[in-house]
Amino acid sequence: MKHIKTLTTRDLKESMKKGGCGECQTSCQSACKTSCTVGNQSCEKMK
Amino acid sequence: MIHQYKNNGYNIVMDVNSGSVHVVDDIVYDMIPLVEPLVTGGVKDADTVKAAVLACGNLRYEEKDILEAVDEVLELEKAGVLFAEDVYENAITDFKSRKTVVKALCLHIAHDCNLACKYCFAEEGEYHGRRALMSFEVGKKALDFLVANSGSRINLEVDFFGGEPLMNWQVVKDLVAYGRSLEEPHHKKFRFTLTTNGVLLNDEIMEFANKEMANIVLSIDGRKEVHDRMRPFRNGSGSYDLIIPKFQKVAESRDQMNYYVRGTYTHNNLDFSKDVLHLADLGFKQISVEPVVAEPSEEYALREEDIPQLLEEYDKLAVEMLKRQKEGNGFNFFHFMIDLKGGPCVYKRLSGCGSGTEYLAVTPWGDLYPCHQFVGNEKFLLGNVDEGIVKTDIVDEFKSCNVYAKDKCKTCFAKLYCSGGCAANAYNFSGSVNGVYDAGCELQKKRIECAIMIKAAMAEE
Repeated sequence: MKHIKTLTTRDLKESMKKGGCGECQTSCQSACKTSCTVGNQSCEKMK
Repeated sequence: MIHQYKNNGYNIVMDVNSGSVHVVDDIVYDMIPLVEPLVTGGVKDADTVKAAVLACGNLRYEEKDILEAVDEVLELEKAGVLFAEDVYENAITDFKSRKTVVKALCLHIAHDCNLACKYCFAEEGEYHGRRALMSFEVGKKALDFLVANSGSRINLEVDFFGGEPLMNWQVVKDLVAYGRSLEEPHHKKFRFTLTTNGVLLNDEIMEFANKEMANIVLSIDGRKEVHDRMRPFRNGSGSYDLIIPKFQKVAESRDQMNYYVRGTYTHNNLDFSKDVLHLADLGFKQISVEPVVAEPSEEYALREEDIPQLLEEYDKLAVEMLKRQKEGNGFNFFHFMIDLKGGPCVYKRLSGCGSGTEYLAVTPWGDLYPCHQFVGNEKFLLGNVDEGIVKTDIVDEFKSCNVYAKDKCKTCFAKLYCSGGCAANAYNFSGSVNGVYDAGCELQKKRIECAIMIKAAMAEE
């Protein structure tokens, strides 16, 4: 495309189908402890 | 839902519902607000959209370029990566009402501390209560409780927290050994983590931590004067000089991975990007510096009028990080890390941190709370390691907490990245775990914008 460059992202709608296994890390166990940041976590199945 | 913004020379269009991110030229950037109401209103025919865009007359570009750009925009719409519908609300309601398991514990191994940090939400380790150390027996029951309540989940997380956990180090070591002994028979895998102020760190502790701890969080605020002002010993003297060489040794001994130097910025260091860069200049590669959460009456609390400067600081930091990255001297900043390709599924994104359901905090005497931030607030006492969770109504309240339960989140572009924010902050500032902490939201949104700008810039390389 000439006008648009799309970054590679996970298809969130698709993630509804196989998601929700719950094996991922609990957010606050990383570095935060005073905020909630989820978008930076990795999916255990995609590691 | 579309969120578009300009940052560091990049025009960025986020298609919130699909999770897609597009870097666009000026024509598309100016056109999106014209096309969005058409497409979401059901008008998708290329000729009709083109005619409507041209008729609007607001775009001062060549007609040929405008028409070409409309085709590209509609192509993305067709592919489901632009103007995607929100199809998640029902799914998350079902998901949240499922039976949950406990998968992580924050063990308050010591309600005592050898520092007297001014902003400590734990009240210098005591959490509005008494000084106490967790016994091995209580810790053992906590791990048994975790295993028994974790269902089929394999990975279990245990953070040794405080106060200062190194003040009760032998119990930490004994609990790690006990946890390891549970792994094989129960088909579980423990990920232990440690949060420490570093005062008692020594070679023996480092060696053990490097063997057993999946992550280690080292508390330091940045520049010496900033750190020492907020993180003094109980006699008032600063702790910076003592901990720096130890933290540098930890970072190197872990090959600059699986640790964070973690600081808190306050009203006293609104120029906090300098603290982040100071830590980077000291050689640290994994850095997290976060806004203080405090009662508005505290002199160090962030104020509404501080927000514009803080937003600018994030922008400045993002630009400097990119520069250093290109020079081969990059570092990670926790709040700018975003995993676009391999990030969490939509259920995780909508359901938040798991406090009160999947994640619980345990006091030294074995009481259970929804998370470390609620410890000491009797209203949120859930039960204890002997009897398990008694107050299931509180768990249900946390269980219902999700992005769609919060009116302000429903229409926010950041909802799939922050998951509705911290329940403790929401409770402290709005009186409800289903509320929001507005100042925190402003900062969070800026961090997401910066993080995505960095991804856009890196994609250009």
